[in-house]
Amino acid sequence: MTRLNASLFGALVLVFAVSLLAGRVWIDPFHPDVPGAGLILMQLRLPRSVLAVLAGGGLGAAGAAMQAYLRNPLADPGLFGIAPSAALGAVLSIWLGSYGVALGPWALPVFALVGAGGAMALLGLIAGRSSGGVALFTLAGMMIASLSGALMSLAISLSPSPFALSEIVTWLMGALADRSWHEVWIAAPLMLIGLGAFVAAGRSLDALTLGEAAARSLGVDPRRLQALLILGVGCTVGGSVAVAGIIGFVGLVVPHLLRPFTDRRPSSLIVPSALGGALLLVLGDSLCRIFPLVGGELRLGIALSLLGAPFFLALLWRMRDGVWR
Amino acid sequence: MMLCARNLTLAGRLGDVSLDLSPGQVTAICGPNGAGKSSLVSAMAGVLPVSGALSLDGQDLPAMPPRERARLLGYLPQGGEAAWDVGVGTLVELGRLPWQAAPLHRAHADGAQDREAVAQAIAAMDLDHLIDRPLSRLSGGERARALLARVLAGRPRWVLADEPLASLDLGHGLRLLTALRQQAAQGVGVCLVLHDLAMAMNHADRVVVMERGRVVAEGAPGEALSEEVIARVWGVTGRWLGPEGARALSL
Repeated sequence: MTRLNASLFGALVLVFAVSLLAGRVWIDPFHPDVPGAGLILMQLRLPRSVLAVLAGGGLGAAGAAMQAYLRNPLADPGLFGIAPSAALGAVLSIWLGSYGVALGPWALPVFALVGAGGAMALLGLIAGRSSGGVALFTLAGMMIASLSGALMSLAISLSPSPFALSEIVTWLMGALADRSWHEVWIAAPLMLIGLGAFVAAGRSLDALTLGEAAARSLGVDPRRLQALLILGVGCTVGGSVAVAGIIGFVGLVVPHLLRPFTDRRPSSLIVPSALGGALLLVLGDSLCRIFPLVGGELRLGIALSLLGAPFFLALLWRMRDGVWR
Repeated sequence: MMLCARNLTLAGRLGDVSLDLSPGQVTAICGPNGAGKSSLVSAMAGVLPVSGALSLDGQDLPAMPPRERARLLGYLPQGGEAAWDVGVGTLVELGRLPWQAAPLHRAHADGAQDREAVAQAIAAMDLDHLIDRPLSRLSGGERARALLARVLAGRPRWVLADEPLASLDLGHGLRLLTALRQQAAQGVGVCLVLHDLAMAMNHADRVVVMERGRVVAEGAPGEALSEEVIARVWGVTGRWLGPEGARALSL
């Protein structure tokens, strides 16, 4: 384990422990005499924090892999269209539920995963015909994102009631509130598969540092790389959207923050980005719990976007000066 | 290892190109803009899919697994812009990727053979003092040497380079060419796209002249780059001045 990974892991363990104690009801570890402390810890906070680790880790690693694949520090996991497609699936499940279609409690994550799977399949079909070119593949992802966004807007505009509309819009903001171990069991295997795919793609992503032509000359199989990325982004981003809604900026910000602390090889950034993403999401979720709004919590997606947007603007400012790698 | 191309064809770029290139020599590919030089070199490197046959000592190159092919053929594309501001040492290490097992290649990268190959490539390009310097802080000449060191770190049997001397001044260009000649002297096949005809005339063992996707002249530099060929292909009247090995083209 590198020093960076060890530091991030240590910080994650610390923040994770604090996140279990933090919330509207603070639990003093030395005097845990709060009524129902065990229940709060085991059934509310622990699954929520574990989910933050899983979703944040997946999004951070996906961001690092996407930036490496597109050779662009502004790339975001949403660019492949998998996140909007997963969100479309989730919105459809809420929409159908509001029309009285009887769907079980698993419907939302399952619909979201079906949406992510649909986008992955479409990307796979396009990748199979594009002989591995990055530009065509990325454009296809952007078109899938655009189409999913349009269909989501259509579903929102056709909401049968203000309650359904409110539920959809609130869900899209992303949150880890009220999540249970069920969501953890959905997310955990997907994140592990996704991270495995990114680690397996590391060598090829390193070679892409020098461009597509040089990467091919170094023995990179572009179709295998695309397949690994579709699998990785599909599992991590699709899984994250399925359990937590759309959470922006983790995939963009975390690789940026950590890149200067590595040798700038894409493969060196994947594991630190996963740890950093997990750390950021656990921290963000804890802050959401500590600073509640009237009528509920600050939504995690909003909190992270509020942090992320200024960072993005600062990045553009540095790009203007030609200092951005 | 003979590198043989037969009837390489790509619509609008290459028309039925056949070549036999010998190892231990520097072969320069020359021609006006749009002649198909870069297409030919990238096709030989396996980067650009074309119709026709390519073989290395009788082995079918397109049928070869990509990593095995990458161990034999080192390719230096034009430009060589890196997406990330890696250090020289990290850049050169990338040349060892075809030799490393995925996905745990970082552990393998610490192997003695990799370290030795990277150190030799860095020493051959005189980059020892720049090993930790990021690419953004290198001069054009240092950067060109670092990019070539990346190719040499893979210890390929052939080096295929697309305009490696572009944007280099006379001194840096000559030093890079000398380094490539040293590789050829060690038995490596070297094939370069060159725009500088005097460099090709004085430093190549063999020259291939292309025009509109076809080979129109090939052979010893004096023969392939004769004044008649230059007039026909480039459309300019020129005269070679000076003794053999130190010729200058007067236009």
